[in-house]
Amino acid sequence: MPDEPVIIFDKVNKWFGDFHVLRDIDLDVQRGEKIVICGPSGSGKSTLIRCINRLEEHQKGKIIVDGIELTDDLKNIDSIRSEVGMVFQSFNLFPHISVLENLVIGQHLVRRMPKADAEEVAMTYLERVKIADQADKFPGQLSGGQQQRVAIARSLCMKPRIMLFDEVTSALDPEMVKEVLDVMIDLAREGMTMLVVTHEMGFAREVADRVMFMDEGQIVEENKPGPFFDAPRSDRAKLFLSQILRQ
Amino acid sequence: MEPALKPFIEPQSPPLQSSGFIGWLRANFFSSWFNTLVTLALLWVIYQIGGFVINWGIINANWVGDSAKSCPNIDGACWAFVTERWRLFVYGLYPKELYWRVNVFYLLGALTIIAFVFSFGPITKKLRLTMFIGFPIAAYIFLVGGVFDLQHISPENFGGLLLTLVIATVGIFGSIPLGLILALGRTSDLKVISKVCTYFIEFWRGVPHIAVIVMFVALLPIFIPDGNKIDIVVRAFIAFAAFNSAYMAEVFRGGLQSIPAGQFEASKAIGLSYWKMMGYIILPQAIRNSVPALVNTCISIFKETTIVLLIGFSDFLGIIQLSLEDPKWLGPPHIFSSAYVFAAIIYFTFTYGMSKYSLRLENRSNVAQ
Repeated sequence: MPDEPVIIFDKVNKWFGDFHVLRDIDLDVQRGEKIVICGPSGSGKSTLIRCINRLEEHQKGKIIVDGIELTDDLKNIDSIRSEVGMVFQSFNLFPHISVLENLVIGQHLVRRMPKADAEEVAMTYLERVKIADQADKFPGQLSGGQQQRVAIARSLCMKPRIMLFDEVTSALDPEMVKEVLDVMIDLAREGMTMLVVTHEMGFAREVADRVMFMDEGQIVEENKPGPFFDAPRSDRAKLFLSQILRQ
Repeated sequence: MEPALKPFIEPQSPPLQSSGFIGWLRANFFSSWFNTLVTLALLWVIYQIGGFVINWGIINANWVGDSAKSCPNIDGACWAFVTERWRLFVYGLYPKELYWRVNVFYLLGALTIIAFVFSFGPITKKLRLTMFIGFPIAAYIFLVGGVFDLQHISPENFGGLLLTLVIATVGIFGSIPLGLILALGRTSDLKVISKVCTYFIEFWRGVPHIAVIVMFVALLPIFIPDGNKIDIVVRAFIAFAAFNSAYMAEVFRGGLQSIPAGQFEASKAIGLSYWKMMGYIILPQAIRNSVPALVNTCISIFKETTIVLLIGFSDFLGIIQLSLEDPKWLGPPHIFSSAYVFAAIIYFTFTYGMSKYSLRLENRSNVAQ
C-alpha cells in the first residue's frame, strides 16, 4: 500500500552556534516502520529525533510529521507533540508525583480525559510494562529499569502514532537493559512506528526494518540490519562497528 | 588445582554501639578528657546564664503596677510596663469598641497558620490555597472595613503588633505571587519580558530600603498627580511589597534553575502547554526546592517591618519605644531593657516558628522524593 510517509525530512539542516550538527538530512519513514539510528557520539542522532517533536528547531529544510509541517506555529507543535511519544536516556519522570499520576497527568491535561478514565488507561499500560504493583510509589523509589518502563508507559498512555527512543538503555545497569528492551520489542510487534537511537545491536537485528548510520551530522549509510552489521560498506561504519563490538 | 569456593555467610545483626543513656552521654559528652573539660565549662556557662535569666526575669521581676514606681527592684525585670500596656501593644490605636475585628484578624491568621502547619489529608491542598488567597482579603475587610456595614477604619490607626503583622502579611502574601511572576518573567524566552523583569528586580535590590520607603511616602505625591490621595500607609505597603518581591523573585529563580532540563523536555514531549508545564510539573518542584530560602526571606521580611519606624509609624517596636517616653514610665534603665527584651522575645517567637516550619517542610519533601 503506497501510503504517504508519516515522517518526511527534506534537506534538513541545523546548527548549534557555528557547529553544523545536521547536514542535508533526507528521510522518509513509513507508518509502522522501525528505524534504528546508530553512530558515534556527537554525530547528531539525538538531535535528529528531537527535531521530530521539535525539542530542537531546525533552521533549513522541511520536516513534515503526520501531514503537518513543523513551523513556528505553536498550535501545530503542541498537537504534534501529543501524537509523538518520546522516551529519554535519563527517564525524566516527574519526581514529585506518584507513578500513576505520572501516567494520568498528560491524558488529563492534554487529552482532557476525566481522571478516573485516565487512571484506568494508566493501569492497563502499567500492567503491560509489568509494573502495576508499583503504581502508588514515587519514581525515586523504583530501580532504573522500572523507571524507564514507567516512562515508556507514560508515553504510550497518550496513544501516540510515533515513538521516539533516545538511548533509553544507556543509563541502565546491565541487568536491567533486557526488561526495557523486551517492552520495546513487544511494542514493535504491535506495529508501532518507532525511531530508536541505540547501540543495542541485538535489538536492532531483531526489530529494525532499517538501520541508519550517522556520522558528523549526515546519514552515511542505510541498510537492512542483516547486511549492515555483516557487511558495512563505508569505512566509518566499519570502524564504528568494530569499536562497539570489541566490548 | 581450582581455588575452593568460599562458604556463604548468613546476614547477622550489627554489633551494639552504646548502652542506654549513660553510654550516649559518654559517647557524646565525655569521650575524652578534652571533651569532658569542654562539657563542664559549658555547663558552668549555662548555669550562670540560666541563673541570671531566672533571677532577673522571674524571681526578682516586678509584674504589676501603673508607673515606674511599681518597679523598685532594679535587679529584676519590669514586666509591669508590659502588663499595663499590652492592649496598646496588641491593638495599637484601633478603636476600643472594635477590638473584636482585630481579634477576628488574629483568629483568621492563626487558622491560616494551622492550615499550613498541620495536614488534613486530601483536602489540605485546596484548603491551603483558599486560605492563602482568602486570608488577605478577609483581613482587609475586617481591619479596614468600609464594606458590609463595617465602619471604615483608616490604616493610620493601626499600630503595635497589629501593624507589624499587617505589614508582614502584606510583605509576605504580596511578594510571593509577585516574586513568582517576576521569576517566570526573568527566565522567559521572550527577551523583552526577561529584560524588563531583570531590571525591575535589580533596581529594587540595588536601592536601600530606607530610601525606597521614604521615596514612596514623601516623594510619590510629587511625581504622581493626586498622589496625596493614596493613603500614606498604603504607599508604605506598596513599597514594602515591591522591594521584597525582588528578593522573592531571586529565591524562585534559584528554585527554577534547580530543575533539570529533562523535566521541561518530558513535559513538552507529552504535549503540555507552557502554563500547564509550569503549573503542574516545574513550579511544584521549584517551589519545594526554594523553601529554605523562601522562609529565610520571610523571616527577614518580618524583622524588616520595623523599618516603618523611620517614617513615623508605630509598629510593635515603635509603640514600645513611644510608651517608654511616657513620663509615667521614666525611671531606672531596667524598664528600658525589660521593654526591649519583651520585644525581642515576641519577634523571636514568630521567626523561630517560621524556621521550625521550614525544617518540617524540608523533611516532608525529602520523604516524598
